Amino acid sequence: MRVERKDLLGIENLTRNEIEIILDTAETMKEISERAIRKVPYLRGKTVVNLFFEPSTRTLASFALAEKRLSADSFNLSGSSSSALKGETLLDTVRNLEAMKIDFVVIRHAMSGAAYFIAERLEASVINAGDGTHEHPTQALLDLLSLKERLGNIKDKKVLIVGDILHSRVARSNIWAFKKMGAKVSLCGPPTLMPYKIENMGVEVSYNLDEAIQDMDVIYVLRIQKERQRGGLLPSLREYIELYGITLERFENAKDDVVIMHPGPINRGIEIDPRVADGTNSIILDQVTNGVAVRMAILYLLSGGKSGEVSEA
Amino acid sequence: MEKSQKHKYVIKNGRIIDPIQGLDEKTDILIEGEKIKGLGTFSKKDGEIIDVKGLIVCPGFIDMHTHLREPGREDEETIETGTKAAAKGGFTGIAAMPNTEPIIDNSGMVRFVRETAERNGYVDVFPIGAVTKGQKGEELSEMHDMVKAGCKGFSDDGYPIANSRIMRKALEYSKIVDKVIIVHEEDPALCEGGQMNEDFNSTRLGLRGMPAIAESIMISRDAAILDFIGGRLHIAHLSTRESLEVVRASKKKGLPITAEVTPHHFSLDSSCLATFDSNLKMKPPLRTKEDVEALKKGLKEGIIDAIATDHAPHALFEKEMEFGSAPFGIIGLETALGIVCTELLHTGMLSLKEIIEKMSVNPAKILGIGKRSLKKGEEAYITVFDPEKKWTVNVDDFVSKSSNSPYGGWKLKGCAVITIVKGKIVYKEGEFF
Repeated sequence: MRVERKDLLGIENLTRNEIEIILDTAETMKEISERAIRKVPYLRGKTVVNLFFEPSTRTLASFALAEKRLSADSFNLSGSSSSALKGETLLDTVRNLEAMKIDFVVIRHAMSGAAYFIAERLEASVINAGDGTHEHPTQALLDLLSLKERLGNIKDKKVLIVGDILHSRVARSNIWAFKKMGAKVSLCGPPTLMPYKIENMGVEVSYNLDEAIQDMDVIYVLRIQKERQRGGLLPSLREYIELYGITLERFENAKDDVVIMHPGPINRGIEIDPRVADGTNSIILDQVTNGVAVRMAILYLLSGGKSGEVSEA
Repeated sequence: MEKSQKHKYVIKNGRIIDPIQGLDEKTDILIEGEKIKGLGTFSKKDGEIIDVKGLIVCPGFIDMHTHLREPGREDEETIETGTKAAAKGGFTGIAAMPNTEPIIDNSGMVRFVRETAERNGYVDVFPIGAVTKGQKGEELSEMHDMVKAGCKGFSDDGYPIANSRIMRKALEYSKIVDKVIIVHEEDPALCEGGQMNEDFNSTRLGLRGMPAIAESIMISRDAAILDFIGGRLHIAHLSTRESLEVVRASKKKGLPITAEVTPHHFSLDSSCLATFDSNLKMKPPLRTKEDVEALKKGLKEGIIDAIATDHAPHALFEKEMEFGSAPFGIIGLETALGIVCTELLHTGMLSLKEIIEKMSVNPAKILGIGKRSLKKGEEAYITVFDPEKKWTVNVDDFVSKSSNSPYGGWKLKGCAVITIVKGKIVYKEGEFF
């Protein structure tokens, strides 16, 4: 089965069927990374630009490896996110790149909608690697794959997303993703970091983590930016940890087989106790491993590949 | 024009609607020179016949909220192109907001706008002066001196007057000149970094929100100041249900408060932003569907006095950016009447008379620029329009220098046919004079 679209811009507009095709393809892609020679020719002759206007370690490395393992020609460009200050607009930058004949732009940008903006104006396929506080679809897809591997099935599972929902593109993409796969999603965090009317996404919202954590199947912990204190959103990090940190004590009150997830990078000792992050309930490193497979699957499917044909190559 | 050369026109067979005279009938108008000579039945002996059968003839529209960009950003709009766009839209006069570069905050700048308009303009331009020097919200500008130079009102539009004491002083001082203070209501702290209305759509799109209360809080404050100290207050581009309720209550109290709404705020809502189109980015932002419905009702009930465009031209290269980097504002002079007819007239929300009141009679009254009526002896400011004419908006057809409009491709019903400014036909069926 194919994914009939030019771009991957967000989870909100994906169908459940499309998500399943991507996850199925990613499962078969995973095996390639286990081989002695980790390379297949699916994207041979295709050119991919990783255009990162915000710093990234995991996502950029993961895309770069995915592209190389599919034999694409790829390179990374980084830049300042403020096109007005930079002198050259984002549109000019991508039009120049397209003039050099490219097939894919993987873009990360500080502004919501940046990926949509260039996708509408380019022939090349655009993959959103995170736009502002809007979406981070590849993260949500790798999270689904990781959770599926651990739990077998996501349907009816209770997922709790904890932390700074307001500034999190991961939260938005993951809410759509978990919901589309039939999970029950709840959010917990300080009200000052909860976006207006987020419950309209079909999620439960609470402010008491000790209550919210009980009988959850999954706890998805978000990174808390230390700067949030300045904007008047938090009185102190100390109080945040006391109220919303996944401490060892809280973890022990959760279900025995609760799955712990985190998109990285982790602020150890702040949003999560290191012993929880590194414990057996955690699938944080599986998420990273699956990032490569999911991104391989997306590149392959957007270039016209069919799921189910991968293993034959 | 010499007296002996006075041109005479007979506007024939039109449906004349003149709210001030309480008139709605099929008759002719005789124009001689700059003035209306009379209503009745006239023939070609009386003057050059202009047959307007099937069309509406009414007092000239006034847009009380236009940004002309001259001086400073003549690449986006000039007084010439802006007034040309106005003429095409059926407007015989426009109020020019002072946030140019430099800002219109002294009599010399007012004179520049007025004189440039007299030289290059197609329609009347009513300069609006800044309330505070440099629109900084710190010191009052020389209102008296600006009024002497031809200024018709005051506004720091583009920015709110954040300091309550300055707002109070502005209303107090404006009593000397008896001019209206036009306010852009936005609590700056609540809107910091905001890109769109704060609602479920801003949450969904990950765009920083500007809450509706940021507007109504400021209107409440200014209505309280008005009640306390006097003056005249006009609310620019009112956009929320809550704001409407504040204005309603203030009017009920008898306060000298008026309000305008833009065509985009009653024809578009925040759900339209799903494509991150920067031509949907403006201040105040597009609100919710409930707000849109409330605004239409507010127009009907007379809580909102005027329809004004907030025509805000921006260069394509500046608008064609990722949403967060694009400037706020859209143009509106050439689409306003079409939107008004399509969204308000043909839906049965407003009558033709009510539309004419909100686009001509009331703006003239608020700005204090004389009555807009077709009575014998009045200056001939006339708009002739066809409320039934179907057309499709093509942004390439705009005569404005800018094309930042969200209405490209919209099918509208209603447009201007002839625009007459002081007895002179400045626009007729696609041609400018």
